[in-house]
Amino acid sequence: MSSPVLPPQRTPEPAAVADWSPVARGSHVNQTPEQREAAVKAAAAARRSKRRARLLPHWLVIPAVAILAVGTGYPTLWQLWTSLHEYGLRQQFGQPAPFVWFANYTQLLSDSQFWAVLIRSLVFCFVAASITLLIGIAFAVLMSHVGKGPRLTLQIALLLAWSMPIVASMTVWTWLFDRRRGVVNYVLDMIPGVAMNRYNWLEDPLSFFAVAAIIVIWMSVPFVAFSIYAGLTQIPEEVMEASALDGASGSQRLRLIILPMIKPVIAIVMLLQVIWDLRVFAQIRLLQDAGSSATDYDLLGTYIFKLGTGAQNFAGASAASVMVLLITITISWWYVRKLLREDAS
Amino acid sequence: MKTGLQRHTLNLVAITLALIWVFPVYWMLNSAMLPNRTLQSFTPTFVPFGGSFRNFRSAISDGSFASALGMSISITLIVVFFCLVFAFLGALAISRFRFKGRKSFLIAVLLIQMLPAEALFIAQYKMMTSLGLLNSIIGVSIIYIAAVVPFTVWMLRGFVAGIPAELEEAAMVDGLSRVQAFMRITFPLLAPGLVASGVYAFLQAWNEFTVALILLPEESSRTLPLWLRGFVQASATRETDWGEVMAASTLVAVPVIIFFLIVQGRMTAGLVSGAVKG
Repeated sequence: MSSPVLPPQRTPEPAAVADWSPVARGSHVNQTPEQREAAVKAAAAARRSKRRARLLPHWLVIPAVAILAVGTGYPTLWQLWTSLHEYGLRQQFGQPAPFVWFANYTQLLSDSQFWAVLIRSLVFCFVAASITLLIGIAFAVLMSHVGKGPRLTLQIALLLAWSMPIVASMTVWTWLFDRRRGVVNYVLDMIPGVAMNRYNWLEDPLSFFAVAAIIVIWMSVPFVAFSIYAGLTQIPEEVMEASALDGASGSQRLRLIILPMIKPVIAIVMLLQVIWDLRVFAQIRLLQDAGSSATDYDLLGTYIFKLGTGAQNFAGASAASVMVLLITITISWWYVRKLLREDAS
Repeated sequence: MKTGLQRHTLNLVAITLALIWVFPVYWMLNSAMLPNRTLQSFTPTFVPFGGSFRNFRSAISDGSFASALGMSISITLIVVFFCLVFAFLGALAISRFRFKGRKSFLIAVLLIQMLPAEALFIAQYKMMTSLGLLNSIIGVSIIYIAAVVPFTVWMLRGFVAGIPAELEEAAMVDGLSRVQAFMRITFPLLAPGLVASGVYAFLQAWNEFTVALILLPEESSRTLPLWLRGFVQASATRETDWGEVMAASTLVAVPVIIFFLIVQGRMTAGLVSGAVKG
């Protein structure tokens, strides 16, 4: 993969070229003009078809490249450009947008509200992703230790949760956490000594984000559990048997054999989870519908959304978006490199 | 080895966890079929199914359901079709040819699929506004196709690479043209891959909320997820009719659940070896 590899068409001489080459190289003296013209034409045709074959893969990727350029490339460039200019309400009405270097970034970074949102997003992402991962691993290990019936039951339950569209699950969860008729308060209230009747979960930012985290974890655990379970089933039976014969205890086997063998899967799943939990716009936005949409309840996605569409501060929104892009690319670079290596082999 | 008691305990734990995890889905279906009078009580009705479809009828008869369904179907069909064509051609190029720019193309594809919609939607909003494509099927479809193509290219690449080129060559030796060989030999073998990619594109386009929210602000151009959100909001202005809201959620969710269960296995494999948008 390090150097561009030659297309397969180039190595063997195409038949047309072989037929024609002795004529071209040798005695064109005793050729009629017609013959010569025919030879030249054949040569041109051969060259053309060779070039066409070489260009074929480029033609094949053109549609994909074009749509990516329009849908992703242009917006990214626009965002970079806008984040370096003054671009607010006045520019909406045709005023020129002066170049301001990194003023938008410094303004954002000196804003305590942005810092609060950024830190909140990172903490939310870290907490949700690690709990998801722990539960997912526990589920996977559990699946490999129970009978077929319970395992299938658990798998079907996880699949159903996984397949729910975000908006539909958010609606159900909003109802489960409804302060008056929600099941959560009803069940908690049954515990002696706990008075949760009419407790408003979405009022306090902390419990708002706790609810958001529970929902996000509920949605994400199935993917983690299935991926890691798939990794567990890859461990050869003989290895486990041999270690049991050698007297390894259950916890030793988990620590010394199972975990090292599924480490690559865990790494990938963890990385994807971190990236996904950084972008929980839909969940937060829909939870804000049921609760409050003040800035205290914002994560990066909803913050950028309000900055752009609400305050019409496109320069600030672009600068914040560029920062999110940079964070995402930094985190995913390792993963992309790994996939490229897989492609090369 | 494990004792019988231990095994029973683990089985019990697994089943309890399964019940907890599936409860929200069950709750949606159950409440969708219960009359509002029952749901207004402060004691939840856990069993049994109400067996009434009145809530579904009133959700469907909501004025904008039909137009939202139409929007969702049109956008989904456009996205699935173009996504399959573009991704298939791209996958063919990267798995059958080594060409200049191949590596850059791969890096672009892999990086783009990691990018969050939240980091681009302001720019996409501005772009579509200036093109006059706000509230249009075309505008939102362009963004969706661009978002889904990277993963489908990567997924199909695996399928194309799994079919040996020698099969095609053998058919060509037997007198078929390159196109004929491709259509008769390779294409049928690719069908499962195309189905899986198509369903993936369907799920993404059908469920998408974030980009739709920003590119389809007008009420008449809502897709189903936006319609569901509007339905909940409208219901909340009165006393929320949870039965109807759950019926509406069920209507949006059921096609997805069915398709998802069909291709789940293949997608999990693809997710781990490739990557995906969440």
